[in-house]
Amino acid sequence: MTIMTDPPRDDGFRLGKLISDTRYRSITFQVITLVLLVLGIGYLISNLLANLADLGQDLSYDFLAAPSGYDINQQPIPYDSQSTHLRATIVGALNTLIVAFLACVTATVLGVIAGVLRLSKNWIISKLMAVYVEAFRNIPVLIWIIIIFTVVANVFPQPRDFRGEEATASPLFGVIAATNRGVYVPRPYFTNGFGLTDEEALSQGATDADAFELAATQGALLDWLVILAVLAGSFFAARAILNWANRTQEATGKRPATFWPTLAVWIVPITLVCWFMGLSWEVPELRGFNFQGGILMRGSLIALWLALSIYTGAFIAENVRAGILAISKGQTEAAAALGLRPRRIMNLVVLPQALRVIIPPLISQYLNITKNSSLAIAVGYMDLTATLGGITLNQTGRAIESILLLMLFYLTISLLISFFMNIYNNSVRLKER
Amino acid sequence: MKKSVFLGTVAFAGLAAAAASAATLDDVKARGTLNCGVTTGVPGFAEPDANGEWQGFDVAVCRAVAAAVLGDATAVTFVPTTGKTRFTSLASGEIDMLARNTTWTFSRDTDLKFDFTGINYYDGQGFMVPAALGVSSATELDGATVCIQTGTTTELNLADYFRVNGMSYEPVPIETGAEAVQQYLAGACDVYTTDRSALAAQRAGFENPADSVILPEVVSKEPLGPLVRHGDSEWFDIVKWTLNALIAAEEYGVTSENVEELAAAPGDNPEVNRLLGTEGELGAMMGLDNEWARRAIAAVGNYGEVFSTNIGEETAIGLSRGLNAQYTEGGLLYSPPFR
Repeated sequence: MTIMTDPPRDDGFRLGKLISDTRYRSITFQVITLVLLVLGIGYLISNLLANLADLGQDLSYDFLAAPSGYDINQQPIPYDSQSTHLRATIVGALNTLIVAFLACVTATVLGVIAGVLRLSKNWIISKLMAVYVEAFRNIPVLIWIIIIFTVVANVFPQPRDFRGEEATASPLFGVIAATNRGVYVPRPYFTNGFGLTDEEALSQGATDADAFELAATQGALLDWLVILAVLAGSFFAARAILNWANRTQEATGKRPATFWPTLAVWIVPITLVCWFMGLSWEVPELRGFNFQGGILMRGSLIALWLALSIYTGAFIAENVRAGILAISKGQTEAAAALGLRPRRIMNLVVLPQALRVIIPPLISQYLNITKNSSLAIAVGYMDLTATLGGITLNQTGRAIESILLLMLFYLTISLLISFFMNIYNNSVRLKER
Repeated sequence: MKKSVFLGTVAFAGLAAAAASAATLDDVKARGTLNCGVTTGVPGFAEPDANGEWQGFDVAVCRAVAAAVLGDATAVTFVPTTGKTRFTSLASGEIDMLARNTTWTFSRDTDLKFDFTGINYYDGQGFMVPAALGVSSATELDGATVCIQTGTTTELNLADYFRVNGMSYEPVPIETGAEAVQQYLAGACDVYTTDRSALAAQRAGFENPADSVILPEVVSKEPLGPLVRHGDSEWFDIVKWTLNALIAAEEYGVTSENVEELAAAPGDNPEVNRLLGTEGELGAMMGLDNEWARRAIAAVGNYGEVFSTNIGEETAIGLSRGLNAQYTEGGLLYSPPFR
């Protein structure tokens, strides 16, 4: 141990002090390390570029602007084989986000239910949930994806089984056709919506089928935006009713009944709008090789969605269980002493506190779902790994560029999910004042 | 001082790496085994048999090159590659050559910096449908669901074919041929499309091959052949001329049975003599000895023998020679002269 007897002489800065002076030494070494690290990485990159140049290859993203030449079956945005690789990349990215979003929602619902039920006092229910959690957590998700896909492909009838007099299969309720290619469900559309009719499109200078289709697409988009706006309005109205009920309760001690007004606020406007715009359903019909019309939920999407949901749901169930167990039993007993029933205790006392424990690991599970969705290629779901990291990579041979883009995409998405979930986490975390 | 040693080592390692990538022949000789990229398994073309020995039409090319270069047809390390990994494997040097029914295209030859050493199978893309569908022509396939291996030229041809003919289809992308067959047999797709040779090979493995028909339309040219990296012309020559030697051997009637005999007692056909190294110095011109072609032919047989033992009409695959007959018999096989 050194004991400083004199204050250090302030005789200005000398170069030797970078090593000899403890005030500077640590910084000196850090700077040296940083420089060496940068040099090392720089060398690796220059080595890569030099070797690529030796092989006659270079890094170039020009291929993204070239026509892709291949078709994608699930297209959230218009796309055909003459579109660019960039558009194919975007289609793939959207498909990734679609399945990740769907799976996050269902996994959360499943996980919360299973986690709560595993703590049930009912022996059968708690053991069933234990079996579910252990079975799904301990078998790789890829295997679940393939199992569900194989089951869908082999158990459900082929479209041609629905045909003819001696059809061996018939649509559910006459409108939903579950085939081994996916499930065809009726598609809603509006006969009296905001889309241009053919005459209107004609008067605006549309001349060919593509232009008509474009007008119809834009009209349909407008219709759905209206529906969305009405639903948002209902949401805010319902919240206003709740606030009003809370205020009344605080002021008078009596809580007004809010069930019927809330129900009306949700149902009446949307019904009126749908009736006004002429809501109709396009029922899938068997024409040619496949069902035509309606919406097709592809077998690959169903398999991936279900597998990711139930697999990650099992992990979330454990997080939820841990969260609930972390809440002191005294809380439950205190709530029970106040006369609350078990369901209300769970909803009002235990779960809100458990969220503090549940949310952080839940973020990781959402990240896992998003990253695991790249297993889509196993069942031919056209996510980003299948379009950019699969076909585009293969057709153009631009492996390094494609993989770099893939990494960038998944990194960005993961960081974004993390960011937003952490904002949510901060909002439910224990406030210390 | 230490720094300069470090930089020196780094620079030397860099130079060594650059030099190593140039001469594939030296690498192969030093290693004593040929790294050859093949498919993960297509019956007749490349598939391990019950003993784990790779067998097949594409495998024979690998074995012929190994026999010519190393004198041992078994000195091959087979590297199974998928449609997605094949080019990266070759470009990175993991394999010395790729013999994996890969279609010779302009962009693969130029932009991807590979060299196709010739064509060992002239193929075309076809469609297979269940006979029960009653479809007799690909023009009736409007609206069909099509199983397709992703990342192949067939995928692009399919999009073009349906687009040009004003038809629509629903693609079901599949990673491997085995998976496609499984989906096709389960009826998850109406049509399976790939090269006609592969269709025939896979149909031969079905329980009831007669339940499926291969439609008459051939919608593309699929010249399949081995390929090597750009920039090593000596190695390119060796692979190219080994393939040519097999083709020429059939033309001149040299078989795996009579090759030793013909080499021991040179006949009066100078071309055969040059091929078998009893006359001239052809082997030395590309850095091999003069018996290179003799060893290759002795190991796997001539092109006709390779064809008939692996995929010919006597096998379960049952492909006829068609375009793959010698030019003298109305086919497209034509080896440049050995002189």
